[in-house]
Amino acid sequence: MSPTSLNRSFTLNRAKEQAIEVSLLLCALVSIATTAGIVFVLVAESVFAIPPEKAFFQEVSPWEFFTGTQWSPQFADKHFGVLPLVCGTFLIAGIAAAVGLPIGILSAVYLSEYASPRVRSIVKPILEILAGIPTVVYGFFALYLITPTLIKPIFSTLGFDVDGYNALSAGIVVGIMIIPMVSSLSEDALRAVPRSLREAGYALGSTKFDVSAKVVLPAAFSGIVASFLLAIARAVGETMAVTIAAGQSPTMTLNPLRSVQTMTSYIVNVSLGDTPAGTIEYKSLYAVALCLFSITLVMNILSQYVMRRYREVYQ
Amino acid sequence: MSTPTPTAAPTPGSTAHELTHGRRENRLFETLCAVSTWSTFAVLVILIVSVSYRAWGWLDWQFLTSFDSRKPERAGILAGLLGSCWMIVITIMFSVPVGVGAAVYLEEYATDNLLTRIIRTNLANLAGVPSIVYGILGLTVFVRMFGLFGEQGLFHIEGIPLWGDAVIPLPFGRTVISGALSLSLLILPVIIVAAQEALRAVPPSLRHASLALGATRWQTIRHQVLPSALPGIMTGVILAISRAFGETAPLVMIGAMTFVRFAPGKITSLQVVFDDPASLVRAPFDTFTVIPIQIFNWVRQAKSEFQHVAAAGIVVLLVVLLVLNGLAIYVRHRSQKNLRW
Repeated sequence: MSPTSLNRSFTLNRAKEQAIEVSLLLCALVSIATTAGIVFVLVAESVFAIPPEKAFFQEVSPWEFFTGTQWSPQFADKHFGVLPLVCGTFLIAGIAAAVGLPIGILSAVYLSEYASPRVRSIVKPILEILAGIPTVVYGFFALYLITPTLIKPIFSTLGFDVDGYNALSAGIVVGIMIIPMVSSLSEDALRAVPRSLREAGYALGSTKFDVSAKVVLPAAFSGIVASFLLAIARAVGETMAVTIAAGQSPTMTLNPLRSVQTMTSYIVNVSLGDTPAGTIEYKSLYAVALCLFSITLVMNILSQYVMRRYREVYQ
Repeated sequence: MSTPTPTAAPTPGSTAHELTHGRRENRLFETLCAVSTWSTFAVLVILIVSVSYRAWGWLDWQFLTSFDSRKPERAGILAGLLGSCWMIVITIMFSVPVGVGAAVYLEEYATDNLLTRIIRTNLANLAGVPSIVYGILGLTVFVRMFGLFGEQGLFHIEGIPLWGDAVIPLPFGRTVISGALSLSLLILPVIIVAAQEALRAVPPSLRHASLALGATRWQTIRHQVLPSALPGIMTGVILAISRAFGETAPLVMIGAMTFVRFAPGKITSLQVVFDDPASLVRAPFDTFTVIPIQIFNWVRQAKSEFQHVAAAGIVVLLVVLLVLNGLAIYVRHRSQKNLRW
């Protein structure tokens, strides 16, 4: 073959290029494999199983699982009603949202509308550090600092009973944890609002408050809602802080001063004990995890949908 | 905004009244926003000060160089430190090549077809999966390998002999390698997204120039695109690693032990490695603990002195994370200064 031939032909170099492209594609497929793996693992232990084995929902009826109000897999009289765990999870996520969402959105407004570049250059790294603090540290903070020095004195003088492990302290730290996420995602959304909109507002004689609250925030609404949904999903999936600070009693309560158990802390609790594979207790792990995974997945997809569907497009 | 009604005195409803009212509202709102923002700073300070205060007197050389103990005054973090190091090194070995490879594929090779779109959507969803779910994945796939091996399994293999007396156990069991693989899957989306952004920031002119000179696609990527994107990729990788460093839940799931009095492969000093090089190969297949898990264990202890031990552990953890974050900021800063385009 002459070196000037333009025919595509097999050469070692071309084969090498092909091989590289294929191996890079395989790398990209690892992420698909991960998702497939998660779904398969969760479904295989809880919904279907290979015949000699029995899946969780073949031993416990889904009706009992989703409507039962008693969760006691470790007792002789086993009950598998997931509602207490779901209730605990959403109690803590609710407190976290009450703490984290307002602070997050207000600081996003501050960073995008009011702060000077210098202030931004100080605040942004602080938020990054806050976002990088491991969740065990927040658990310690809730258990040894927030409960004894904040919650106990206040609510005891008001005449309430406060448990050493309580949902409120866990909710507060999870709220602190989601502030950086809400703040940075919402700030991105606020900054994407074009300047002309703000200037039009000022030209009409509005104050900065009017412009921020009545022009910029509504214009960035989809991005803000998306960030809220992501943050709540994060709060629902939060594990260590909740395990440490909220305790391990699966009770159906909305009292934030009581000890509750979340889906995540149940999973941790079972895995700490020596639960042999194949027992119903072990399989309940997968059922609870499937439940948790579905909830967070729905919230994530919803957040992406809101982002796409309701985004205002400016040119 | 109400329509201004021209009147002389600032009575309620008048323009002047509206203006002062508006100004007050504005000031109030700005203060509220500023207080919210700076409150996060206050929380950070309170957290660091209170933890350091509790750790004071407990964080000493003895704490850094001894193993865990049932007695709080003799407990140390050495097993966690060494375990965390092994964990992170192996996690990097798995996650960085795969993550950067995936990003290169998505940015440089992929055409906009169904598969690429699925991969992109999937990445966004994976980033939102709670870390404990990765723990369950790791427990089933790596620790137990679906129960395929061992007594009741389909295959009766003890393990694959490796080097010296080191064997790859099947299934992996509650070992460093299981933990590292789980963490790799966990941080993969973070690395891929960061690397994608870094690759996107490389101007196309660079690629065109290289291709015009007759370089192949891979040569262009290998010698032009990747070196240019390296600082961005590094920043993303360091941040992902610092996330893996503090991660606890998945490792609790795969069964990193809470009370461990040894280092992986029993390697506590370089001397051990020289005497017995096979220990380097054994270490990844050894049981282990990491710093966050030791902290978790100390927090759960009934003895109240252990909260000081836990605080000392937290200080160590935070120092490591701060160093990693500082490194990321340094790399970003340096690359911004040396930007070539």
